[in-house]
Amino acid sequence: MSPDVSTTELSSGRTGVTADDFDRRNLDWYVDKAVEVLVFICGISAIIFIIGIFTFITKEGYAFILQMDWVEVFTTQYWFPSDEGDPEFGILALIAGTASVTGLAMAVAIPFSLGGAIFVAEFASGKTREVLKVLVELLAAIPSVVWGFIGLSIMNPLIIKTFDVPVGLNVLNAGIILGLMAAPIMTSIAEDALKAVPDRYREAAEAMGATRWQIIVRVVLPAAKNGLLGAVLLGVGRGFGETMAVLMATGHSVNIPGSLFDSVRALTATIAAELGETAVGSEHYQALFAIGIFLFLITFIINLSADLIVRGVREG
Amino acid sequence: MSDIAIQTSKLSLWYGDFQALFDVDLDIKQGIITSLIGPSGCGKSTLLRSVNRINERLGYVRIEGSVEVLGQNIYDPAVELIQVRKQIGMVFQRPNPLPLSIRDNVLFGHRLHSGERGSKATQEEILEAALRQVLLWDKVKDRLDSRATELSLEEQQKLCIARLLPVKPTVLLMDEPCSALDPTGTEAVEELIWQLRGQYTILIVTHNMAQARRASEECIFMLLGKVIEHTPTDEMFVTPVHKETADYIEGRYG
Ligand SMILES: Nc1ncnc2c1ncn2[C@@H]1O[C@H](COP(=O)(O)OP(=O)(O)OP(=O)(O)O)[C@@H](O)[C@H]1O
Ligand SMILES: [Mg+2]
Repeated sequence: MSPDVSTTELSSGRTGVTADDFDRRNLDWYVDKAVEVLVFICGISAIIFIIGIFTFITKEGYAFILQMDWVEVFTTQYWFPSDEGDPEFGILALIAGTASVTGLAMAVAIPFSLGGAIFVAEFASGKTREVLKVLVELLAAIPSVVWGFIGLSIMNPLIIKTFDVPVGLNVLNAGIILGLMAAPIMTSIAEDALKAVPDRYREAAEAMGATRWQIIVRVVLPAAKNGLLGAVLLGVGRGFGETMAVLMATGHSVNIPGSLFDSVRALTATIAAELGETAVGSEHYQALFAIGIFLFLITFIINLSADLIVRGVREG
Repeated sequence: MSDIAIQTSKLSLWYGDFQALFDVDLDIKQGIITSLIGPSGCGKSTLLRSVNRINERLGYVRIEGSVEVLGQNIYDPAVELIQVRKQIGMVFQRPNPLPLSIRDNVLFGHRLHSGERGSKATQEEILEAALRQVLLWDKVKDRLDSRATELSLEEQQKLCIARLLPVKPTVLLMDEPCSALDPTGTEAVEELIWQLRGQYTILIVTHNMAQARRASEECIFMLLGKVIEHTPTDEMFVTPVHKETADYIEGRYG
């Protein structure tokens, strides 16, 4: 910088300052403001969409909720929504269907994803690790209808043959399919949780003579437990919300399952299968939307708690 | 021979292709404090970390030569790594208590090495003894179950020393244990280290000349991966043999 310039700057800095100088706005200022507004709109739109969707579902379903018999709906298993004379709207069997399939799915997915995450995060290194991560992500991207197809065409005959049962579309089939579906995303999140444990903890434990397994069990897993719990809850949320694969693999018959080999029907699948055949505004139509509200609330609560736990709001 | 705790012979170490230690020959006496000084990047931490083989977790470290601790070559393939680390405790530059309770931190090593044996009462005794020895007992005795990571840095570093004691190591390695602490903390931890003298062989890395002078009986000066000088601390600071040592002590290096 030449001495000339600096003296001019200095002198103008000292003398010619007016209120206008502080008000001057250049292009950068406008770009900054525009970006701020744009980002705000993007951010707020997510909230608007959620509220919009919720309002829509509520609008279609609230009439049913207002006049429904709560006891009947939640404690009976008779779902005959389109019966001419005496329609019945018991969703207990549907809830049992969804819960049993999701429960089995978690029993399958938790060991798989936890084991996978531990292997990828703590044991695999270099190339193996990168390849595995890509594979896991690819698995997560398989469309659910493909999983449903696998359930129909591979698992179904396999179950019939292996266990000598009349139908292979049942809790077992859907649970395994759903478990395999949920496992990749759970693995991914669990792995992130393990990776987030600072390496100096591992180093400290190793320097004290802990083996790799002792480090994992005594240091890494406890330190990552919030993230791991979050991963499981997201899997549960996924299980509740999954429709297509479950529709294809459960057998879709209203039933409170007594064993793994019973066919069931899920809440989501019920909506998907029946909504197209109901008259808009009919009681059946409204009942399906009421189920939608119920599902929405449950998945919302599950995801919210998963989120809060991952953030460690619930200190352990 | 019996008064030598750590003996390295022709110890060379490579990080990949980069050689960080060159033919290091050292005899470190038992029961005293030896400090390790030298400019940044000269290989102090590397040397220290190769004495309990924690360097190996990097995967790309290669070593030649030997390190004997109490007459046993710890790089002998027959040696159990876990026993090596039980004998040789390490304190790191940044206090690194585990994200567990104070109690679990202190008992961590003990539980590893005793295979969970020992009654609740013995564990409590061990816990108290270790915390008393690092002068932390009175401060934390009412919150043994709160998280160790909530303590102040000074307390954390003391805890990191305390958790080494229950497994009864013979050697303590300390890598700039006070560099993350304020002057009061430094003084407290230094005092503690001085008290542990005699019971343990202590090898301590420091950048603080005053600390080396105050707190150690022998002193090793390293430069560019080589040991330049190893003499009693008084001699090194008063009549250094090598010009490099003198230059460093007088602050003419980084
Ligand atoms: N993990 C590593 N990978 C590759 N090179 C390393 C690694 N750690 C240290 N080095 C190199 O080895 C040399 C010695 O490092 P070291 O950490 O032992 O030095 P130091 O004397 O402890 O330095 P400081 O006083 O800064 O702690 C340095 O040149 C450093 O760059
Ligand atoms: Mg260092």
